[in-house]
Amino acid sequence: MTDVAKAGETRRRNDIRDRWLLSAPALTLIAIAGTGPLLIVLIYSFLAPGSYGDVKWEFSPNGWFNVFLSRDIFDNTVSLADAHYTIFWRTLRLALATTVLCLLLGFPLAYFIASRPPGSRSIWLFLITIPFWTNMLIRTFAIAEVIRNEGIINSLLMRLGLLVAPVQMLFTDFATLVGMTYVHLPLMVLPLYASLEKLDFRLVEAGYDLYASRFGVLLRIIVPLTRPGIIAGSILVFVPALSSYVIPLVLGGGKNLMIGNLIELQFGQGRNWPLGAALSVTLVLVVMIAVIFYMRNAGEPGGRAHG
Amino acid sequence: MMAAAYESGAISLEGVMKRFGDFQAVDNVTLDIKLNEFFTLLGPSGCGKTTLLRMIAGFEMPSGGRILLDGKEISDLLPNQRPVNTVFQNYALFPHMSVAGNIGFGLKMLGRPKGEIRAAVAEMLRLVQLEGRGDSAVTQLSGGQQQRVALARALAPRPKVLLLDEPLSALDLKLRKSMQIELKRLQAETGITFVFVTHDQEEALSMSDRIAVMSHGKVRQVGSPADIYHRPADRFVADFIGETNFIEADAVSIAGGVARVRLPSGVEIPATFPAGVTPSGKVTVVIRPEHAQMVAQAGDGALRGIVGDIIYLGTDTHFHVRLDDGSPFIVRRQNATNGPSEFSPGESVGIRISDNVAQIVMNQP
Ligand SMILES: Nc1ncnc2c1ncn2[C@@H]1O[C@H](COP(=O)(O)OP(=O)(O)OP(=O)(O)O)[C@@H](O)[C@H]1O
Ligand SMILES: [Mg+2]
Repeated sequence: MTDVAKAGETRRRNDIRDRWLLSAPALTLIAIAGTGPLLIVLIYSFLAPGSYGDVKWEFSPNGWFNVFLSRDIFDNTVSLADAHYTIFWRTLRLALATTVLCLLLGFPLAYFIASRPPGSRSIWLFLITIPFWTNMLIRTFAIAEVIRNEGIINSLLMRLGLLVAPVQMLFTDFATLVGMTYVHLPLMVLPLYASLEKLDFRLVEAGYDLYASRFGVLLRIIVPLTRPGIIAGSILVFVPALSSYVIPLVLGGGKNLMIGNLIELQFGQGRNWPLGAALSVTLVLVVMIAVIFYMRNAGEPGGRAHG
Repeated sequence: MMAAAYESGAISLEGVMKRFGDFQAVDNVTLDIKLNEFFTLLGPSGCGKTTLLRMIAGFEMPSGGRILLDGKEISDLLPNQRPVNTVFQNYALFPHMSVAGNIGFGLKMLGRPKGEIRAAVAEMLRLVQLEGRGDSAVTQLSGGQQQRVALARALAPRPKVLLLDEPLSALDLKLRKSMQIELKRLQAETGITFVFVTHDQEEALSMSDRIAVMSHGKVRQVGSPADIYHRPADRFVADFIGETNFIEADAVSIAGGVARVRLPSGVEIPATFPAGVTPSGKVTVVIRPEHAQMVAQAGDGALRGIVGDIIYLGTDTHFHVRLDDGSPFIVRRQNATNGPSEFSPGESVGIRISDNVAQIVMNQP
């Protein structure tokens, strides 16, 4: 090996070492805060439940078994765990509905903000972030306060004579969806705004100039060019919506369980930590599949060209 | 293949106004842009050229006045309802579509059948000399190629009028020169009325059939390039187009449509003046640098002065002369031979003025 090559080799080795050293803090954090807890949950899902919660340190597949199947306590027959599938399906539907609603409401809102003069945009963005100042639990109870039978809406409508008896809104699926949409909307608006703000509005004008209708411009120019924002916003809403827990409980009345409530139940009253852990891992897998699906879509030409 | 005929349209602006808050961006513009014309809006930055063009395209609504296309009012139509297309300053090509996708977009939005669109795109690619590049991504093209795609995209739906907002300003000088020729060829080949915006007077002079010179939202003068250059209507136009010497003189008499003016040196020369004015008393006379020659004998010229800077420009040399009354005067001399300049700084010279080149201009109102 020549001296020059040797020097190059040394430099490259030092470079690799430096990179590892520099990324060590980040890697440590990921290990402690991310991978570690997930690993503990994964291990717990393969253990046996303790009598008063907690786990017994012996291997048992029962946690996972119970996620998907149920054994009849009387005749010991095995059947699919229908209740769990129903809950999974219901949660998925709620998360999807929340994402779609947030997108439908958030897109015009983000577009409105992005088309304001630069000076006033920051004011609008500031207004969007105000809900973050208050704890989500408090905001959820506030919604309950507004929509309950004696709440502002019902009493106002009755005072105006538009209603004779209050309309039951609290403790319905409607209430859950409203709450979910309200809480998650800013998470959709912010990435959408970031994409729309970068959008060259001359392209929109060019679209109109070339005989596109409003809808044509939206569909063929604005949406393809803001796809990264749409994907990012959808992930940011869909993922927490899948594991929502407080809103279905407070606004839905806990009648229709979501995965989050089911998991909480296993760690609480159910005293079946391995099942709770297995359910949690299942949820993580569902989220991962969903995110990969979204990312795949983001990789298509429309998204790429914008970046 | 025989190209289908293009249809051309005429634009009339009647007292068109545009206010942004208190600011009058376009002030009472009345213009007739004729069929098949290469018409240029020329003026300094901020004079309202883009705003006027955007009103013709439909992106801005006039605050007053009317815009007509072939005699029919179009002021209330949306941009997608006007048979007028725009070539944007920075091209505004759709980055998520191929070259062909961009060119075919207008026809697709008009709901034309696929086969027709494909044929039109192929014809446009040929017209702008980009055959075989239909599948390229527009982001991979050079500036000049993007410019061609923008032109093809705007021409494909066969608009009656093509609006071009400084389409060449982002190109380097050489490419710009060749695109100027290209644009002229496209206009001649299609016969479509072109409304072209530029702040480059040389570009305007070399390309246009007629030019409207604008300043502060108003049209100062409309005319052929020669009209604008040789018979500027006012001091602003004379100053903006080309290099100019202004001399303060006295109008002595008028005879046969030509005035006699007395220069500060006492010499009297004939000078033309714009229609509709009667010069008298103190007037400003315009003399182009190429219409004056230097003579060694100070007494032989209409004006006298001392040579200052001598600026060599390749084809020409500019002599900056300080006249006896202290005012500056530029003489341009073509470098017909390679020899050294026969004049040197500090020398006292006379300036002779060619016959019938002086022109009286009005100071701005
Ligand atoms: N949307 C707007 N709001 C407020 N003022 C505007 C707006 N558009 C243009 N103006 C103002 O109107 C004037 C004319 O603008 P315009 O863009 O038409 O000028 P221009 O002649 O095209 O200049 P340039 O050569 O720099 O492109 C400018 O002073 C500009 O600041
Ligand atoms: Mg402009």
